[in-house]
Amino acid sequence: MPQEFKRQYKEILEQYTLRQTEHNLYEGQNISRQLIQKNISPEEVISIHKASLEEILPELPNDVWHSFDLLIEVMIRYGLALKEHEALIQKQENFRMEMELAANVQQTLLKTKVPDMLDLDIGMISVPAKEMNGDYTHFLHDDTTVGIAVADVIGKGIPAALCMSMIKYGMDSLNGAETEPTIVLDVINRIVEKSVSDSMFISMFYGTYDTSKSLFTYASAGHEPPLFYCAESNSFSELQAKGLLLGVISNVKYEQHSISLEKDDFIVMMTDGVTECRSKDGFIDQNTVMDIIESVRDQSAQDMVEYVFHKLEELQEFEQRDDFTLVIFKKK
Amino acid sequence: MNISVELNTLDELHIKGIIGGEIDAFTAPILREKLSDITLLEKIHVELNLTDVSYMDSTGLGVFVGFYKSVTAANGHLELTGLSSRLKRLFDITGLVEIMDIQATDKEVKIDETV
Repeated sequence: MPQEFKRQYKEILEQYTLRQTEHNLYEGQNISRQLIQKNISPEEVISIHKASLEEILPELPNDVWHSFDLLIEVMIRYGLALKEHEALIQKQENFRMEMELAANVQQTLLKTKVPDMLDLDIGMISVPAKEMNGDYTHFLHDDTTVGIAVADVIGKGIPAALCMSMIKYGMDSLNGAETEPTIVLDVINRIVEKSVSDSMFISMFYGTYDTSKSLFTYASAGHEPPLFYCAESNSFSELQAKGLLLGVISNVKYEQHSISLEKDDFIVMMTDGVTECRSKDGFIDQNTVMDIIESVRDQSAQDMVEYVFHKLEELQEFEQRDDFTLVIFKKK
Repeated sequence: MNISVELNTLDELHIKGIIGGEIDAFTAPILREKLSDITLLEKIHVELNLTDVSYMDSTGLGVFVGFYKSVTAANGHLELTGLSSRLKRLFDITGLVEIMDIQATDKEVKIDETV
């Protein structure tokens, strides 16, 4: 193979020493691309240059030939740097593949099924900004009650993803969907506070809907307040509940509130990927988000969350900066 | 995407910092690193002025909470001042306003709770 390059290189060099045209220079550029592709090191190229020159201009003085030997020595480090660079590219590709694999594992591990309830229409969408999702949604349910956790891990990427396994572990250790929201948050706060590093925190909302009473009971650990839409008055209000982020201190008092739902009322739970949307003209404010939701209030909960996502994606010119999660509970 | 962090040591127990620009996933590591340069002596008092912070997301919040924990561990006190209503809302929602010393901007902007 190098023989072939030697022949080609010699020809190009010969042409160029005869006539210094753009075309001949361009030939040189072309062959450099092939040399890189075939992993031929800079010092080898100079050896080829020297050998070719010996044939084309054999009468050059000895000093010139010696100078090439020095140049070859000088280029050896460059050759090594090039090899390192290639090894890094290969490594990076391996990392990328591992990340993809990890993202798949995460999805399988944390998968939650949207329950099918008689009285309640549920819609959910969760779209990560990068490979790994820092938002987490988990459903618990029995015949009459459905529990919903919406959490956002502050901090992104792999550490955030690992953190979510902890929430799942906490949720699995609970006594089903009927557990009081404040107890759910307290249990998970204790787990997270013990195990997470100082600059990683989780905001989490937990609500439980009892279909027999049409009652939604909720508590929040520093999470974006959900919106409650009242069909009768055609208006939105925030479901406020005081409570500190998970993982900051071990003993936290969480407030718990309840609200009854009438037909066509709905609750919109979200992460800050929804409220912190930015377009090029600034923030997309809450009123805009509410207007978008209201415009599709007659559709199914699933159609609603998908519409809101696409509409906000459009307003942000398809540049999603944060993980985006939206869940709607709508009373049938 | 820009951030400026200026830390002034008044004396070894009093640090006053002025932060400006945007604090998000890209700039938060810069802020975290600058804050970690502060030697946290026992009973230190750190004031960080955020008047010129135009944007902050939850990553930025994480940096301040982490720093708050370190300062508190040193029996010190951290004070955040000059928060715009938008920034203040982040500390309200997350419940941090209950445990941290947070001062909104002088012009008391009332947070819009009517929806």
